[in-house]
Amino acid sequence: MSTVVESHDHGHHGPAKGLSRWLFTTNHKDIGTLYLWFSFIMLFIGGAMAMVIRAELFQPGLQIVQPEFFNQMTTNHGLIMVFGVIMPAFVGLANWMLPMQIGAPDMALPRLNNLSFWLLPMAFGILISTLFMPEGGPNFGWTFYAPLSTTYAPSTVNFFIFSVHIMGVSSILGSINIITTIFNMRAPGMTLMKMPLFVWSWLITAYLLIAVMPVLAGVVTMMLMDINFGTSFFNAAGGGDPVLFQHVFWFFGHPEVYIMILPAFGIVSHIIETFSRKPIFGYSSMVYAMASIAILSFVVWAHHMFTVGMPLAGELFFMYSTMLIAIPTGVKVFNWVATMFRGSITFETPMLFSIAFVALFTIGGFSGLMLAIVPADFQYHDTYFVVAHFHYVLVPGALFGIIAAAYYWLPKWTGNMYDETLGKLHFWLTFISVNVTFFPMHFVGLAGMPRRYPDYALQFADFNALISVGAFMFGLTQLLFLFIVIKTIRSGKQAKPEVWEGAGDLGLEWTLTSPPPYHSFTIQPQVK
Amino acid sequence: MAYIRKVFTGFILVSPLIFSSLIFSESSDYNMPIGVTEVSESIFGLHMLIFWICVVIGVIVFSIMFWSLWKYRKSKGAVAADFDDNFWLEIGWTVAATLVLVWMAVPSTQVMVEAYDDAEGEINILITGHQWKWHYEYLEDEVGFFSNLSTSQEQIDGEVPKGEFYLREVDEPLVIPTNTRVRFLITGNDVIHSWWVPDFAVKQDAIPGFINTAWTNVPEPGIFRGACTELCGIKHAFMPVVVRAVEREEFDAFIAEKVALAEEERMLTSKVWTKDELMARGESFYATNCAACHQANGQGIPPVFPSLVGSQITMFDSNKHIEILMEGVQGSAMAAFGESYSEVDIASVITYTRQAWSNGEKGDGVIVTPQDIVAYKNRIDL
Repeated sequence: MSTVVESHDHGHHGPAKGLSRWLFTTNHKDIGTLYLWFSFIMLFIGGAMAMVIRAELFQPGLQIVQPEFFNQMTTNHGLIMVFGVIMPAFVGLANWMLPMQIGAPDMALPRLNNLSFWLLPMAFGILISTLFMPEGGPNFGWTFYAPLSTTYAPSTVNFFIFSVHIMGVSSILGSINIITTIFNMRAPGMTLMKMPLFVWSWLITAYLLIAVMPVLAGVVTMMLMDINFGTSFFNAAGGGDPVLFQHVFWFFGHPEVYIMILPAFGIVSHIIETFSRKPIFGYSSMVYAMASIAILSFVVWAHHMFTVGMPLAGELFFMYSTMLIAIPTGVKVFNWVATMFRGSITFETPMLFSIAFVALFTIGGFSGLMLAIVPADFQYHDTYFVVAHFHYVLVPGALFGIIAAAYYWLPKWTGNMYDETLGKLHFWLTFISVNVTFFPMHFVGLAGMPRRYPDYALQFADFNALISVGAFMFGLTQLLFLFIVIKTIRSGKQAKPEVWEGAGDLGLEWTLTSPPPYHSFTIQPQVK
Repeated sequence: MAYIRKVFTGFILVSPLIFSSLIFSESSDYNMPIGVTEVSESIFGLHMLIFWICVVIGVIVFSIMFWSLWKYRKSKGAVAADFDDNFWLEIGWTVAATLVLVWMAVPSTQVMVEAYDDAEGEINILITGHQWKWHYEYLEDEVGFFSNLSTSQEQIDGEVPKGEFYLREVDEPLVIPTNTRVRFLITGNDVIHSWWVPDFAVKQDAIPGFINTAWTNVPEPGIFRGACTELCGIKHAFMPVVVRAVEREEFDAFIAEKVALAEEERMLTSKVWTKDELMARGESFYATNCAACHQANGQGIPPVFPSLVGSQITMFDSNKHIEILMEGVQGSAMAAFGESYSEVDIASVITYTRQAWSNGEKGDGVIVTPQDIVAYKNRIDL
């Protein structure tokens, strides 16, 4: 291995050759690429599980899988999409873009960077291997409520706990790196309030991660103790409290929800200003809105638990605090619209995904507001209405943000323009299928279909068939995305340094060549 | 391309109409049921109020956005302005958003206070969630029963056509009187379940070690169907809730019958049972309570649900067999059935499983009688 490293010319810093380039790399772009490919592969694995779920739910009755396997599919679909797709994709984008956006040569802690990536394949290797064990993988939902996940869990739950611990370590290390990079490696003149919004969004996200990942580690450790060492944190028979689990889990879980959306806010802000050819409206209120969302995320957790039997004062407190989140979120939407207003707008693929993001994320926001209303939540809770809500904020929300970012920066990364016609085709197929899949879920939920059901009553049959058709179409369409990405990496029209018309003034990344040099900025640029 | 664009634009313009026309209809196939109680009606009203506020905000924001996208597109020669802030506009929409939220919060709080009332009811019913059935106990009369899914496995597997109330029917529904304040005390026996009847707008988690309360007052007779809404394991989708509301006289007759049945059950314990009587009773008990996991053929789904066919315990160790039925198996899905069922039921199902599937011929074929179970209980009490 060392011969490979030594053989390259130190005068021209470039990547090592072969596998060792990827195993031992400390380069922010290589690690970013690893993260992005990892999350892309996970998207197809988690997506395949969603296809199994939708195939079973295509018709009432049990046709394809048994409930035992169905529960493993819903659980692992959720875990993989949250921890294996959305989060690593954002970290990959951060790795690629943060040094380039703040005018740094690389991340501050490159070896730590390598470690935080390579922990992930280990964690998910362990998690997915449980599906092939005799007792099967985790089957208690991605929220793994005790005691279903402790006293009543398959013994493979121990692998699950270990895997969550590793994911947590990876996220914490990644966040430390991001915070250190942002605070120490900005180009001279780039004050905090001149940072690009994507950098701001990640700075806030990294703090959220450092604050809540240890809480997740704590709750799975308590589970481990209950299962193996005879404690009774969550076991009522031993004097424990099953509801404690939910409080601790959601104290992690709600900030986690914003971890999955804040970086998308940053991305979409950049794309909208680029294709409106007009600077983002209300930069400082955008920053303050993200910060307020992050702070509020710590005091709203129990709105996931309105039916556990909290006292009236508790229910009302969490209703009001949750409603407050609508204010900064609304401000962000208004600012995006005001940025488009009186712009000079073109509709390249990243812009299409960003417009869809604003529209559909807002729909997810509306259903979120409805869910915050406690008495009404008694009817919505744990039905497909909730499933519709969080898929609207996570698929046309977070995932569209990631796809938009890929189209927006792919020419910068590879030096090749993607195929615009195929990109638009990908957008329209995705846009239609995502709505065919998730919009009818509002109706089945309101009509009374609970979530995590492998089989359902006959009045839900028509909508479920429609949802499944939409889901299959959505799944297939993403193969087109894979094709477009590979095609762009291999060939395409040569991209200019600024890539998009007028983008040269919008950020430091557009002053670099496309593709950028291996070490982004060897001389720090001066920011006015 | 222009044609395709036209079709897409058409689709986008028409789709909100299609979707909203669905939700306009107050049919419960697309929207929340209005329900039958005062609380459920106020919750429905609140739901529609918040929904319409969201629709109005959505229409305003999206109109401005799509109009801007249309009007300021570069292909029509739009030139970008360069403003990037407006202090009073920012303040204005922040204040407007806050006011709208206050407008929503006031009626929400009122409905919440109305729905959340844990004063004692005229009738108090203890609801216990089990994997995977509900147990109802009338606290005033000290009678109770289990409510199991009555849809057949053949319907679920698609071997016979599905009935009208597929997965929404039970062998014994909960019966409550009309025009009476009924309070539900809700708890869980094993994992967390959640008891939901949409028509009453009652949904409360059934948590082991906790007793949650909810209440209803149903104005007219009817059958109301609900579901378990907290993931509770393999049969989560197969433990529906069915409530039958009846006039007071019919309810009193129902309770009287239940009390008489319970008395009769107690008498049965002292009766001398023949093997055939035990077998017949055990077979039906097995089909209702055991076959879901151990399967009708007794072979289970190893390793999660062990086979009962040819096992050491079912063939040679009747004491261990009794102990498992009475105490359950720690760390597995096997519940302690002795806590919830009569001595007769336990004895008959043990006898049945020791005889069935040629366990009787190959093993010792011991007959376990209700008196053996009573003896076991007395031994434990010492």
